[in-house]
Amino acid sequence: MRRLLEHIWGRKPFDGGVVLDMHKDGAQVPITDCPLPEVLIHPLKQHIGETCKPLVAVGDHVLRGQNIARSQGYVSAPVHAGTSGTVVRIEEHPVPHPSGLGMLCIFIEADGEDRRQPLGVMMTNWLQRDPAQLRERIRAAGITGLGGAGFPTFIKLLRDQRHPVNTVILNGIECEPWLTHDQRLMTERSDDIVHGLAILMHMTGADHGVIAIEDNKPEAIAAMQDAIHSWQCECEHIASTSVRLEVLPTRYPQGSEKQLIQAITGKEVPAGKLPLHVGVLCQNISSTLAIYRAITAAEPLTERVVTVSGQGMPAPANLRVRLGTPIRYVLAHCGLDQLDGMQIIHGGPMMGERLKHPEAPVVKSTTGLLLIPDDTLYAEHQPEEPCIRCGHCGDACPIRLVPNLMADLIRDQQFEQAEGYQLFDCIECGCCSYVCPSHIPLVHYFRYGKGQLAQLRQERAFAEASRQRSEQRMARLEQEKAAKAARRQKARARSKVATRTADKQQEPPA
Amino acid sequence: MNSLVFAVLALGGMALLAGVALAIATRVFHVEGNPVAEQIDHLLPQTQCGQCGYPGCTPYANAVADGSADVNHCVPGGERTMRAIADLMGVEPKAVEEAAAEPMVAFIREDECIGCTLCIKACPVDAIIGAPKHYHTVIADHCTGCNLCLEPCPVDCIDMLIKPELLEHWSWPLPDTERARTGLKRRSQHAQAA
Repeated sequence: MRRLLEHIWGRKPFDGGVVLDMHKDGAQVPITDCPLPEVLIHPLKQHIGETCKPLVAVGDHVLRGQNIARSQGYVSAPVHAGTSGTVVRIEEHPVPHPSGLGMLCIFIEADGEDRRQPLGVMMTNWLQRDPAQLRERIRAAGITGLGGAGFPTFIKLLRDQRHPVNTVILNGIECEPWLTHDQRLMTERSDDIVHGLAILMHMTGADHGVIAIEDNKPEAIAAMQDAIHSWQCECEHIASTSVRLEVLPTRYPQGSEKQLIQAITGKEVPAGKLPLHVGVLCQNISSTLAIYRAITAAEPLTERVVTVSGQGMPAPANLRVRLGTPIRYVLAHCGLDQLDGMQIIHGGPMMGERLKHPEAPVVKSTTGLLLIPDDTLYAEHQPEEPCIRCGHCGDACPIRLVPNLMADLIRDQQFEQAEGYQLFDCIECGCCSYVCPSHIPLVHYFRYGKGQLAQLRQERAFAEASRQRSEQRMARLEQEKAAKAARRQKARARSKVATRTADKQQEPPA
Repeated sequence: MNSLVFAVLALGGMALLAGVALAIATRVFHVEGNPVAEQIDHLLPQTQCGQCGYPGCTPYANAVADGSADVNHCVPGGERTMRAIADLMGVEPKAVEEAAAEPMVAFIREDECIGCTLCIKACPVDAIIGAPKHYHTVIADHCTGCNLCLEPCPVDCIDMLIKPELLEHWSWPLPDTERARTGLKRRSQHAQAA
């Protein structure tokens, strides 16, 4: 009955969103290995948070999986060598970032042996291990959210007594068009993924595990179903826990954490709060596999699966790429040497960014590399026209913001007013820009507005710090001056006394 | 006659009471310093550069607050700061005399530094460290780019460098569309008309 109603009304698992052409060309292409390049380039920051500090010097020999950059501060993830070899340079190099600016990177020349250094013991008996110990292992393995955002994973796994987690959701949605790596992983390594889910449930103490997949991935659904079934037969002793598969209708941006939680549990994560606050932990498929490998095989994060696809790609591929491999090398391996007249999109087409330097390496947040010929890309590109107040953007917004108003305010440089319309809650999913009939680059305006506000805040903080330093200096100078005056007065008093006594001595006795 | 005396006495008494109340209120609710000057001071960029003709940001804020200085003398603050001050003071915005330069940071060529400590004394925000007859160096994170250390240096070993563009401080530019630029233009036209 519910199905029937949903069929009639059209089920909308969360607010807003759009239905896209999915172009999942690589869905049938098995994952293959990308060969190792001569030099791997490891940027010192591949996550959200503080930049890491190098632990190696030029000339050092390192092993695959050796920690080469230590995390600084709490929100940070260490970097590990992608292969065994020698550190040849530590210098600025372009990284995948919309600015095209460089960052300090560690260059490792491969020695071809690819010898490993494990993280410690293999914790095959993880069920007996303390969750804190497992969490420390995940931190040391440098695992970040591999779905693109790059938030250090161990932070999400903190056990908080006030907010117990009762549901772990594995995000197998992959709602961005073209990308197929998670889909392939779910098809090929479904058993490991279920074990990864079990580890996460053990760590958080959750009773329910949900694997969420969109209905456009039948192969992955079948494989995961089998894996869940065999796992349930295998461990009947853990009767209290339940793992189920949830098949959701295809809709963008369902893979966004908060939207997925809303689609599955019906609960909305409040603005500025974490999924933890509604008792949910959400993990990406690739991250879950990395967690499984880190715990049972003691392997730090040194490789990931990347989708290489797009209109400009002769044959789409799902490649297991060593982190640090130059993107130009990956594309050359796929048979694409000539990159003229081609744009490379780093990430998915909706939220990804145009890559300015193909020399930049594959990093932890590289989900996909899409090749789009210039003419195809710019054919869609049309001049911005005035807003006709159709309201499509507001309907499409999964956060229920008012994109047209916010863009108007930002265009007129009224950033603080735009912030009043909750500019910072925007997840930059791109739905509003996608549906806008006037071709207004709404998300671009929001990014600009957020950047301007951040800059303003930074300037104010700097001014405040300078003012304090200046005030302290003034107070110090004042104090020094007073001390000097006091000293002088003392000296003068002393000299006066001295002259008086001298005068007295000179005076002849009466 | 009687009513006249009564009226004078009543009004006089009320005036006296009000006077006493006001006198007490000024004592009780006394505010140290000038609150308007403090507000202006918070709007200024605190470079302490002295380009406004005053020895620092606070003296300039005081001068603007008591009306002896114009609102458009802060060069590093640029148009935005001038507008904020004009808003606060309720006066007409005026164009800033000079265009703000790019943010700069001082750099000491340490090989040439003789360790005279003159720049340390000149720095308004204590951003230079060093000791007599030892190299000095600039703490780049604290330098406001005020140029005040250049003049006292006897060997001219201080350079002003353009602040490097860091990935962490990068932000998205304005969308490159005609309408986005029109928005900026319209904003400045509004400002000029106001």
